Amino acid sequence: MASAAPSPDPDTAARQRWMRVLSLAPVDRLEAAWRDVSDPPVPRTARPPEIGTAMVTGRAGGTGARFNLGEMTLTRCAVAIDGADGATRVGHGAVAGRASRHAELAALFDALLQDPARRDELTKAVIEPLAAFLEERRCDESRQAAASRVDFFTMVRGE
Amino acid sequence: MYVAVKGGEAAIDAAHAQLAARRRGDPDLAALTVAQIRDQMALAVARIMAEGSLYDPDLAALALKQAWGDVAEAIFLVRAYRTTLPRLAVTRPLDTAAMAVQRRVSATFKDLPGGQVLGPTFDYTHRLIDFALAAEHGEDASNPPPSAEEPLDAAMPRIADILDTDGLIEPETDADDPDPDAPVPDLTRAPLTFPAGRALRLQALARGDEGFLLSLAYSSQRGHGTTHPFAGEIRMGTVEVEIIPEDLGFPVTIGVVTVTECQMVNQFQGSRTAPPQFTRGYGLVFGFAERKAMAMALVDRALRAPDLGEAVVAPVQDEEFVLSHLDVVEASGFVQHLKLPHYVDFQAELDAVRRMRRAASGEGASS
Amino acid sequence: MDTRHATNAAPAPAPGLADPVFDAQRLFRAALEALSRPGTIQALPVDLTPPAPLTPWAAALALTLLDLETPVWLDPALEAQAVRDWLRFHAGCPLVATPDEAAFALVGDASALDDLSAFPIGAAEYPDQGATLIVQVAGLRADAGWTLSGPGIKGRTRLAVAGLPAAFPAIWAENAALHPQGVDIFLCAPHALAALPRSVTVRED
Repeated sequence: MASAAPSPDPDTAARQRWMRVLSLAPVDRLEAAWRDVSDPPVPRTARPPEIGTAMVTGRAGGTGARFNLGEMTLTRCAVAIDGADGATRVGHGAVAGRASRHAELAALFDALLQDPARRDELTKAVIEPLAAFLEERRCDESRQAAASRVDFFTMVRGE
Repeated sequence: MYVAVKGGEAAIDAAHAQLAARRRGDPDLAALTVAQIRDQMALAVARIMAEGSLYDPDLAALALKQAWGDVAEAIFLVRAYRTTLPRLAVTRPLDTAAMAVQRRVSATFKDLPGGQVLGPTFDYTHRLIDFALAAEHGEDASNPPPSAEEPLDAAMPRIADILDTDGLIEPETDADDPDPDAPVPDLTRAPLTFPAGRALRLQALARGDEGFLLSLAYSSQRGHGTTHPFAGEIRMGTVEVEIIPEDLGFPVTIGVVTVTECQMVNQFQGSRTAPPQFTRGYGLVFGFAERKAMAMALVDRALRAPDLGEAVVAPVQDEEFVLSHLDVVEASGFVQHLKLPHYVDFQAELDAVRRMRRAASGEGASS
Repeated sequence: MDTRHATNAAPAPAPGLADPVFDAQRLFRAALEALSRPGTIQALPVDLTPPAPLTPWAAALALTLLDLETPVWLDPALEAQAVRDWLRFHAGCPLVATPDEAAFALVGDASALDDLSAFPIGAAEYPDQGATLIVQVAGLRADAGWTLSGPGIKGRTRLAVAGLPAAFPAIWAENAALHPQGVDIFLCAPHALAALPRSVTVRED
């Protein structure tokens, strides 16, 4: 609930990046990526998918004091995966909507990506392509919006 | 006073069956899918999300289908469903400056950084019925709208932030939060007491009935608590949402919401403690909801009258009046509760009226 | 400040309730029974192995009653990282630094519970905002110990609690005098639960 972001250590920043991509990615792409995971682990459910809400807050005037805008649906899930190094890693998924499978897939990838033995390969095979897809989609939408930008002709009037 | 009346069970079952059949309509016509409603009735869906106070387009579309197209009833369904869900998180405040903008206009500056972007607006349509849409295959979805070579500017500063740097507008900063770690007051969790304060007012306005807010805003423009407003900026688009899960302790993105934001700018003549400058009214609403966001911003500014040392002379400036009457579920419930059996009350009143008439006619006869 | 790190493989939290919905319902029912019939002892209807020094009934109650909207204070005896992580993970509750901020308090050392005035007692308009204390005790026995009377008790009943300070009945009397404000207490032996709502009177003899 803290409003100030804790300044992240490099590991946290990397994890935030992949968790963002996993939340924003379409679920069918995550499902396909999960099918392609080589040597798939056997996950244990640490916290089964749970549907609830997040209270969305805004700021008065965009920059002022906080207020509650309204809630949104949110699904969260946590899984535990034992790595080849014997360590157990807990993956978290928290995604907008009523989306149990999406939350589960996000949690599975989050757990795998915490494993140094898998991180580079999965980042290259899953996260980077998804990030590129999201960026391309954002850019397409923005270019469409830009087509309706008004170009005012400025009439130069004589002095 | 209500009296339990038995004997209606079979009638109620039949009424439910009729409602289901009428809702479905002609069985020879294809049923609407939730996805069709979500995509093609998106503005009705947005209104249900805003006033239902729960962002979930699929759920709002389903509610509209179940409610036979009655938006207020759909809002009621969404509100009821919301109460069954545990609250798992409170988001970090939305950063609307980082919005992926789909529409952004200003009535105060023509050449603002980032430009004026019209987006999907009705503003320049001629309001002529398009009979082509009625034809069986009248719609050609294969023709996408045009795209520019380049996307919009990465930086789209909010108009208020531009004025703010010149000190011409009252500042709004996070220093306005007395305690940034304290929970934000929430009218869905604690009973509303007056004065409510701006945080609760903005929450109530964001989920308030659009028609009521629109009329109140209109009344202020017509002189009932006049505010001399300019539409400083309206922007619509998607904003990423972050939460800080208790068990992780750092922010994570969970998805995006579409919102509409409106900054109204109002002249303020100054007071003994404040120089003449512009003051602000703020609107923020789920979905594409320009009319609602503009009305909200006007009403927000009007309700700030006491804080700015202005006289409260009109309903739109009266916090208790506005906040007590803006909720569509409460208003609808209280108006419609008059349908409930009042047989005993009415008998009592009937007796009273008869008695008074007898007394009055007795007096008339004796005089 | 937290010293949690994102990717350092921290040990996975111990499991919570096997069936979060139905287990919580069973536990809530038992807690309600304990509160409405003060002095009765409720068995633990689920299997739960929480991280030490949390004991099973107190932990089960925590998972039943705590969530994002219930600020929780842990007494020094329960200040263990495993306990904090487990509660945050399964209940999602914020942990607060001082008892006066808490809606719920988890107390591991019952013998130190000699002052209830540190906890919120609610307001006259909203006595429901008084804190609820979940206190771990060594044992509970009916038909011995204190004499309890008040709403929910037919005449009087008896309850023996192992672990609370000897002066507890006097401390409790001060709380009961605040009625309708005050705190409520769940007494949690590892596998037995009893409750003292603020309306109950506790006498030695």
